[in-house]
Amino acid sequence: MSCFVNRTLKRTKTQPAMPLANRSAARTLLAAGLLFFSACAVHAAPPDAAPVILIRNATLLTVSHGTIEHGSVLIRDGKIAAVGQKIEAPAGAQVIDATGQFLMPGIIDCHSHIAIEGGVNEGSVSVSSIADVAEVIDPDDMDIYYDLAGGVTSSNILHGSANAIGGQTILIKLRWGQPADRLPFEGALPGIKFALGENPKRSNFSFPGAPKRYPATRMGVEEVIRAAFTEARDYKKKLDDYNRRLKAGEKDLIAPRTDLRLEPLVEVLEGKRYVHAHSYRADEIVMLLRVAREFGFKVRTFQHVLEGYKVADEIAASGASASTFSDWWGYKMEAYDAIPYNAALMTHRGVLVSINSDSGQEAAHLNQEAAKTMKYGGLSEEEALKLITLNPAIQLGVEKRVGSIDPGKDADLVLFNHHPLSAYAVAQMTFIDGRIYFDRQRDIAGRATLQKEKDALIEKEKKVAAAKEKSAEKKPEEKKSDEKPKPSSAGSAKGGAQ
Amino acid sequence: MIRGTRWTTLLAAGILAAGIAIPNMAQTQAQTRLATVYAITHAKIFTLAGAPIDDGTIIFRDGKIAAVGAKAEIPADAQVIDATGLQAYPGLFDSLSQMGLSEVAAVSSTVDSTETGDFNPDVVAAEAVHPASEHIPVTRAAGITHALAVPGSGGFDSGRDSGVITGQASAIHLAGWTMEEMLISKSVAMGLDWPTIETRTFDLSTFSRKDKPYAEAKKEYEKKLDELADWLERARHYAQALEKGSAARFDRDVKLEALVPVVHGELPVLVFASRARDIRNAVEFCEKQKLRMVLAGGDEAARVKDLLKARGIPVILGPVQNAPAREDDPYDQPMAQPAELSAAGVKIAFASFDNSFARRLGQQAAVAVAYGLPYDEALKAVTLYPAQIFGLDRELGTLEPGKLANLIVTNGDPLELTTELRFLFIKGQLTSLENKHTRLYDKYRNRPKP
Repeated sequence: MSCFVNRTLKRTKTQPAMPLANRSAARTLLAAGLLFFSACAVHAAPPDAAPVILIRNATLLTVSHGTIEHGSVLIRDGKIAAVGQKIEAPAGAQVIDATGQFLMPGIIDCHSHIAIEGGVNEGSVSVSSIADVAEVIDPDDMDIYYDLAGGVTSSNILHGSANAIGGQTILIKLRWGQPADRLPFEGALPGIKFALGENPKRSNFSFPGAPKRYPATRMGVEEVIRAAFTEARDYKKKLDDYNRRLKAGEKDLIAPRTDLRLEPLVEVLEGKRYVHAHSYRADEIVMLLRVAREFGFKVRTFQHVLEGYKVADEIAASGASASTFSDWWGYKMEAYDAIPYNAALMTHRGVLVSINSDSGQEAAHLNQEAAKTMKYGGLSEEEALKLITLNPAIQLGVEKRVGSIDPGKDADLVLFNHHPLSAYAVAQMTFIDGRIYFDRQRDIAGRATLQKEKDALIEKEKKVAAAKEKSAEKKPEEKKSDEKPKPSSAGSAKGGAQ
Repeated sequence: MIRGTRWTTLLAAGILAAGIAIPNMAQTQAQTRLATVYAITHAKIFTLAGAPIDDGTIIFRDGKIAAVGAKAEIPADAQVIDATGLQAYPGLFDSLSQMGLSEVAAVSSTVDSTETGDFNPDVVAAEAVHPASEHIPVTRAAGITHALAVPGSGGFDSGRDSGVITGQASAIHLAGWTMEEMLISKSVAMGLDWPTIETRTFDLSTFSRKDKPYAEAKKEYEKKLDELADWLERARHYAQALEKGSAARFDRDVKLEALVPVVHGELPVLVFASRARDIRNAVEFCEKQKLRMVLAGGDEAARVKDLLKARGIPVILGPVQNAPAREDDPYDQPMAQPAELSAAGVKIAFASFDNSFARRLGQQAAVAVAYGLPYDEALKAVTLYPAQIFGLDRELGTLEPGKLANLIVTNGDPLELTTELRFLFIKGQLTSLENKHTRLYDKYRNRPKP
């Protein structure tokens, strides 16, 4: 693309499923080789056995019970074993002196599209509940590491917003270096993405030459959801009938034909799957609450929900929660009334609110984005911190496991060199399950080794190329591999389902 | 961007524009008071032209700073603002933006940031800046008092088609009823989107990736450069003809005329380039053509920092909170780059390259500090340095007598996220911090319980 950082940002905002052409361009053989080595050298997975760690003399931002100055946290078996001012290091424990530093719970991003490169949107149909992002988890996506380096420990990986009813979603922990099957957050309820407004009705883009897909209006979006749940309700009735008759001992029954598209919707009706509904305008938020009441399901989170502040009472009364941006606005019509006071106003009106990223880059500074709610709407420090820790944990049903610094919880923590609600804070260490998955000093120390490996690889590559050139001099018009450019910054644009 | 449904888009946006996109002028009334004499007293003053003054006074009259110091005398006709416990700074400068050129990025009818065609030296941002854009009051509420509106600086609709010469960048105050009131300088730089050799592009018309052989991509690139060189060559001839007073002998050419200050080295070229190789090529080209170059974007500028330093080329950096330029770069490469450039002696400025994210300007500078940039340099990179880069430092950039009174009074560090802006002056006028967002906030927080 071109040199404009924001141009790429803009593009991702309204274009679900844009294949990341430049990313794949980057994956020349050489680059792939380097990546492989860098992954081994610096970002190797921690050992399987969780060590006993004492983080000592930090300012503990517990989120659940205030701030503890000169506090310590003892980690054992991947869990927080003790929190307080006077904790002795057990024999053999690894002691981390965190004097002058700030320890907070690992950041939880309630809206992310990292680690599923190329798998964000199944945009061909308006109900794509058959698709599941869990099937395309890519543990080598660099965004996992970038976000870890910003203190993120869990991410809610959502399908894109191309469809009124989108694909199935999954909560992961950012266990960088582990295989794909080790990433899912154990025991967390799965979700499904819904999307209202401009994206599912495809206002901002179209596929030239392709037939128009229903719906094209907000009226149609509502009807797609109603129609799907009407089907799901009938399907559930068939299943329930069958199971009841089976239980009653009836013989020679034929089970209803499995419907993979409707199964996730039945789970929604049964409260076994969360609905995460991409939404912008106030009217469409209230519309979905109406539909949910009609069919007897709950909306777990409204995502983006940029006009949530206009109908905060309605959201609070329904029991739904809200996951929004800090200060994004004006990039499309339905974001024109977005205000940075959204999170604070909804919080004050009793809505459970989180701040999310929807982007691999934005996720790396969610602490800063949360801080803005103190300026825009006057949230307290603790309220601001909750927006990226305990609140999203509650929204995702994992608050017993993560979201605050309390004994018994998973040792998912991040250590900052300054107060994390400052733009000057830099994450130093990120722990998941009591293991250090990111260590800034180790990252910096490893860079020289990486450079050496890289130089050696390039040297080798050049030799191979020179040898090839010698042996095939009759084809002089052949391009040289080292002249092949990698297109510019557009490759860094991620997310793409706002 | 090519759209299949341009008609409906136009129609829908037309209806919306009538009611929404053009704000009611009555709403912006009471935004400014008449210019008068002000005295800000007992402020900690960061003049950026020397050490901070702990308990100082700033006097300004008729839009210009009259005095700054610990013991400035307060004129009898001055309106006095007691700033005890507060801090005064020069207003922040967003030195590359789409301010006023784009309202709702995805609605093409509200976007005027990028003209069609490859060579548009004659188009001028100031001619299209919308003084009633909602982005302007929102942005100044973040302490940004002036900005550069730059043609071809992006926008949803520009895609790859921003052309080569994108037009003239204008420096504007973020307040005013008309462009005449907003204008600082109509033309401070000529936008030049450096062509790149792209073998792999994304074709929006088919929504698919397109590959072309390297030789072909290179040929296209060279053709564009030849065209560019040709434009400059013709502009030189045109300039010579003008100087010899023989302009009457041939038709006036507004495009060549616009390029005359560029080939004379009076107007800098604002070169958008990201990759190290592109930057090197651009530097070489500009040197050969004797153009004054300012680099914009520069994702990989630090890779060529010595070259930039040697040639005295400043860099306007985009948002630093980004993914590394290359996947095998260190994770903090974009955040650490400003420090690296600054340490190498390259002059840098931060900019949003945007409108709705413009208020993150201070945040970007602060993050660069967190990754090693000295704080004073960061502050100057959003005030003084961009003013110097675009030749506006006689009017802007520091708090010194004779300069325009574009300044802010805050309760703390203007780069920090939680700092509150208390007073904002543009051209010496106390300017309202109210904006679309505060209005909506007030309206809905007072909504009665249903």
